Amino acid sequence: MNIGETLLNLWNSSGFAAMFQGDTWKCAVMLVIGCVLLYLAIVKKFEPLLLCGIAFGCILSNLPMGGLYHQEIWDAFMDADSAFYHSYGYVMKNGGLLDIFYIGVKTSLYPCLIFMGVGAMTDFGPLLSNPKSLLLGAAAQMGVFAAFFGAVLLGFSGSEAASIGIIGGADGPTAIFLTSKLAPHLLGAIAVAAYSYMALIPLIQPPIMRALTTAEQRKIKMVQTRTVSKTEKIIFPILVTLFVALLLPDTAALVGCLMLGNLFKETGVTDRLSDTVQNALMNIVTILLSTAVGATMVGSNFLTVETLKIVVLGVVAFGLSTAGGLLGGLVMCKLTKGKVNPLIGSAGVSAVPMAARVAQVEGQKANPSNFLLMHAMGPNVAGVIGSAIAAGFLLSVFG
Amino acid sequence: MLLASTLDDISIADAGLTALLGYAVVFAGLISLMIVITLLGKAFSAKKTAAAPAAAAPVAAAPAADAAPAAEPAAPGTAGQLKLHDVPPKTAAMLMAIVADETGKPLNELRFTSIKEVK
Repeated sequence: MNIGETLLNLWNSSGFAAMFQGDTWKCAVMLVIGCVLLYLAIVKKFEPLLLCGIAFGCILSNLPMGGLYHQEIWDAFMDADSAFYHSYGYVMKNGGLLDIFYIGVKTSLYPCLIFMGVGAMTDFGPLLSNPKSLLLGAAAQMGVFAAFFGAVLLGFSGSEAASIGIIGGADGPTAIFLTSKLAPHLLGAIAVAAYSYMALIPLIQPPIMRALTTAEQRKIKMVQTRTVSKTEKIIFPILVTLFVALLLPDTAALVGCLMLGNLFKETGVTDRLSDTVQNALMNIVTILLSTAVGATMVGSNFLTVETLKIVVLGVVAFGLSTAGGLLGGLVMCKLTKGKVNPLIGSAGVSAVPMAARVAQVEGQKANPSNFLLMHAMGPNVAGVIGSAIAAGFLLSVFG
Repeated sequence: MLLASTLDDISIADAGLTALLGYAVVFAGLISLMIVITLLGKAFSAKKTAAAPAAAAPVAAAPAADAAPAAEPAAPGTAGQLKLHDVPPKTAAMLMAIVADETGKPLNELRFTSIKEVK
């Protein structure tokens, strides 16, 4: 036995050796990016439940010789001319662990299950007590379509632009759902941008809120809304599912799961299911989803000028969605002769409940006796439905 | 025709039109939903107000000697009056928010009847 040759073979088959060959420098850069994302998640607490998994997935898929994720398998999966076009059997047979995780993203299983958990954790009472909140949820989708238009101007294709635009919906599962269908090669960049900006909402929104509203408007106190009966809360998810899914069938999976989760919460006879969906299932799916999304951040896809454009367009989308919601709030303030505080419009950008909390904080800064949280929750949950409708529209056009 | 050009290479004009149409569809969808929810809410409010006099009738028929002084009737759909004893409204609001947070229940599912400072 030649010890020197054995050691040399061992070295040559290691990831360390592979790191210095050919194009693998990109993997090294991605490993650093993965560590930076981990730092943001752990130290800065940027959406840690998701960013931790995304960052670690990025590290795992960029380990040279690791074989956990194979971009070439998914390229073949998406190539209509390939013998393995849409062949999950091929992925199962030849894929690594993260490829198998990724099947759940590709089939939209994870985003839908996450939406079920979100539904089980959401109280639609504020929306039911003040249905006009839905208008603010609609107004706050402005950033989605403005960023879509901006992305086309910057040279992205229609499908890619639609996936980038949905970042403005401030709704991670919806962004992943749409991107995995329309532009899977951009999934890593879009997911990281969406979740990072969602974590930065307390920094992004307040300057826009102060710029678009006067101190007097921010001081407006809103009156308590009516109490919503339990029966109304039970009928609501059934009604929304029927209505929205019939209007835009492409949203049936997302809205259906959101409302099924909410029905579990509200029936009062499915507490065990509601508890499982809110906690155990949500946590398990979050682990699988975040790791799988992180795995798509392979150097060849991520280290491109497009990623920088996505980062810029993402923040523009967030800002414009906030502005759209605030403008909607200003219109409602005017029409109701000052009974609506326009700040609640900014909560129309989904991101439940962070955006509503920001509206509460800003309202209280202007008037310490102001309690906008419950009023802002209406537009906030309306934003979830609004972004699902926006995604359904984009999917029906570009899908 | 817009839908004919919904290919990946979309022109700027079509992109603008798609964006406007998309925004309009979101508004149309949510406005329709708003109308449906408003009608649902109105139906429930009407049902509640119709049920209220029926429930009040037996009380009115009870002997006058047993009757307590009549309280101000609460507006339909409200959670009733909250009595504050030596507690400023701001502190009361904070306390209610804390209780809602600790119990994990939304404020509109909780009913506070009185808040009193223990001295």
